This record gives sequence, structure tokens and C-alpha cells, in this order.
Amino acid sequence: MNIDQLHHQYKSSLKKENRLIRLYQILIFLVFFSSWELFSRKEWIDPLIFSSPTKVWQLFMQKLSDGTLLSHSGVTLFETVLGFIIGTLLGTVLASLLWWSPRLSKTLDPYLVILNAMPKVALGPIIIVAFGPGFPSIISMGAIISIIITTIVVYTAFREVDPNYLKVLQTFGATRTQKFREAILPASFPTIISTLKVNVGLSWVGVVVGEFLVSAKGLGYLIIYGFQVFNFTLVMLALMIIAVFATIMYQLVELLERKLIKD
Amino acid sequence: MSFLRIQNIHHTYFSNQTAATALADISLDIEKGEFVSFLGPSGCGKTTLLSIIAGLFPPTSGKILLENKPLNADSDTSIGYMLQQDYLFPWKTIEENILLGLKLIKKDEGLERIKTLKLLTEVGLGGTGKMYPRELSGGMRQRAALARTLAVDPKILLLDEPFSALDYQTKLKLEDLVFETLKSFGKTAVLVTHDIGEAIAMSDRIYLFSPNPGRVHKTFEVSDELRELMPFDARNHPQYPILFQTIWKELESLEY
Repeated sequence: MNIDQLHHQYKSSLKKENRLIRLYQILIFLVFFSSWELFSRKEWIDPLIFSSPTKVWQLFMQKLSDGTLLSHSGVTLFETVLGFIIGTLLGTVLASLLWWSPRLSKTLDPYLVILNAMPKVALGPIIIVAFGPGFPSIISMGAIISIIITTIVVYTAFREVDPNYLKVLQTFGATRTQKFREAILPASFPTIISTLKVNVGLSWVGVVVGEFLVSAKGLGYLIIYGFQVFNFTLVMLALMIIAVFATIMYQLVELLERKLIKD
Repeated sequence: MSFLRIQNIHHTYFSNQTAATALADISLDIEKGEFVSFLGPSGCGKTTLLSIIAGLFPPTSGKILLENKPLNADSDTSIGYMLQQDYLFPWKTIEENILLGLKLIKKDEGLERIKTLKLLTEVGLGGTGKMYPRELSGGMRQRAALARTLAVDPKILLLDEPFSALDYQTKLKLEDLVFETLKSFGKTAVLVTHDIGEAIAMSDRIYLFSPNPGRVHKTFEVSDELRELMPFDARNHPQYPILFQTIWKELESLEY
């Protein structure tokens, strides 16, 4: 019996498993894009609607060199990030207010349920008329779509914090602010992070829909424009870029998670 | 005048359907430096009484006086409270946990800080200050909780079954440590327990509670000889099983 050797074996088997999974992941990626290219060239799928990776790539290079892609992506990214931050922040602040005043939370409960059930994008036209067609209304769309669900989830987390932590603080004579800062908020960080992950996706929905409705700039605008002039290569390109950015945002949230939660 | 006076405490829990009386007519006096235990079957209101003394909620009627002044948990730190589990904050280091009480009253700097960190060594946790609670064993965590409670220099310590979640060996060791630490600081303490042996080994006086509603059924004075001994040694003293049997019979009689 050799513990070191067994440990080595165990480690190498782990490494082998990881390598295999990575291989499958790359395989799916390659199969997807090559069959998309193949099907499109052989016209097994309509190349006018589904375009093809090479066409999307050519358009990408072209739009990149004339600078339009950068400005469109920049606009959308800016709106989404801002909408995401505002939505999460306001939702958390609202949740804190509800925790602060149990009476307020009981009073507002049915309204939260209604607001949560309502499809927020349906408010789009009203928001656009109220804030005017431009940045503010699109950012509002990105934010409003995640505020209520953030409020509900974070408030629930606040309430589920073990009351014994509060008991400890109470015997030290802690004020309500201190209880919030020392126990409620840090204990709820895991939940807040997981709502961040959900909100990344939601903000993109809000912003893209917002751009569908008004904008003359941004990736949502490119999608709508491509659709109107029947340039589906442009639609595909915008979709790809959204996918990449959304993934990056998600990864950043995970990075934050590792920084914030030591447990 | 007694150090802690508990006068005619009644407490009733109200809910929509029921009004359950947990405590009826409790009056007792505790002297400075004494260690007393509340013993009794579950549901006899001993934890309720402890919570009331801690000021976690007011009693339905009655008064609690500490050094002749009514207690107010929200405004001072004269009460230290230890729970069944350590409830150390998992996102804080041991050092931050211990300094929590002082931080809340903004005294976690300078001399107070040094004194508190010394306390950590006194409970046998030197060198663990930068660690997180999850890195410590159950016994060590409960010792850290003791240091956290003592850090604010409370006048009286309330112990709500603080050893019940520990294994037997750790429990015996911790009993000795708590006993020794409290005696050396001259602290007054109230222990809630359902363990007869623990009550005898640690206290000067034992209040036996009867349920429905909670009342003080009987008071037992622990002999001077047993009081002087460390809890572990008290358990091996010839008088220990005698007192144990007496209390055991009383407890049995409560059930019928």
C-alpha cells in the first residue's frame, strides 16, 4: 500500500475526467458551427434566414473595421450594465425597507405579487412616452424588469436569517441599523449574488426589447433593422455578440461571488 | 439588597387561538458572584425566564432589578447571553467575532481591544484570531462564544444550555473552563439546563421548575464543599450522588 501513489492515481483520474469533459464541450461547439455552415451551403436550411458562420464572420470583420459594431455594442452594453446595477440596487434597497418596517411589507405584499406577475416589458410604451425615446427609457426597461423579483427574493432571504444571530446582537444592545449591517446583509450575500446571476439575463431582455421599441442604436436596433431589411446575417451577428457579452457579465458576477463569499 | 431581584414575574404567550401561560409568580434573588441554575423538564418556562432577564422581551407582568435598577437590554451591555450553539458569525474571523460587542458600542480600539484579545488566550484559543469559525471544532467555537460574551464585561452571564450541543468529553472540559473563568472574574451567572449533574457540578443554588405553568417548585442549596470544587471534581465527590438522587426523585414526582 502506497498512499502517495494512490493519491497520485486519484489526481490523474480526476484530471482525465476533466479533460474528457472539456473535449466534449469543444466537440459540441465544432459540430454545431460546422454543421450550420454545411447545412447552409448545401441549402438544407434556408441560407437567407439562417445565414452561415462564414457570412456572420465576414460581416463581423466588416462592421468591426468601419467602427459601427463597436458603437452599437458599446451602447447596448452600457445600457444593460446600468440597468442591471440600478435594478439590483433598487431591488435590494426596497427589500431593506420592507425588512425595516414589517407593517410596510404586510401592506405592500399583494401589490408586489401583482407587479411580479405582470410582464414588465408590456410597460415599455408607457416608459418610452414618460422618459422619451433614448437612453433613460431603455435603461429603465433594463432595470424595471429585475427590480420586483430582486425585492421579493432578497426580502425573503433577509427574513430567513437565523434569528439567533439577531438575539446575539440584541443582547449586545444593537440598534436595528447595526443588526442589518452585522447580520442581515452579510448573511444574505449568497442570495443576493444568485439574484445577480438571474438579473444579468433579465437586464439583457429588458434592454433588447427597449431597443426594439425605440432606439436608433444598439444591438437590439441591429436585430430589428436586420429583420426589416431581411438581413438575417446581421440578426445572427447581433445575437452572437449578445451571447458573448452576457456570458462575460455572468463570469464577472461569479468572480464577485468568490471575492465576497469566503464560506 | 440583592444583586439581581426577580419579582412576581408572570408571562403569557399570546397567539390568535391560545393564551399559554409560561411563567407564574416567579420571585427569586441572586447575590453578586453567585452561580445559580434553573433546572426542569422541557416546557417549564426556564428559557422564557432567561430571555426575560436578558431583556429580549418584556414579561407580561413583574419586575427585574439589577443592582436596584430596572434592566434595559437595548441601552447597555450589563447582560451577557450564551446560547445552545455558538452562533459565531461565519463571515467574520474569530477576532472580529470576539470584538463584535465592543464594536457595537464603538470601543473596539486601543486598550479594550488588547484586553479582549488577551481573553482569547485565556480561554485557550491563542493564535486562532485570524481563523474563521468553520475552521474550529465545536468546543473551540463555544469557547470563542464565551470570550465574545465576556468581552463587553457584563455584570451577569446568562447561559442557555451552552453545553448541550457538545460531546460529553468536550462538555466536561468546557464546564471546568467556564466555571474557572467566571470565578476568576467574579461574575454572577445563571445557567439553564435539563442536566441534573451539570447543575450540581456548577452551581451554588439550583431552582427546580415545574411545568404548566412554570413555577419554582423547589430550591436546592449546594453544600459548601461541592461549591468549592471544580465541576469535574464535584462529580466525583461522595455528596454528589446523594444530591443527584434527591433532585432526581423531585423531578420524577413532577411527572405525576
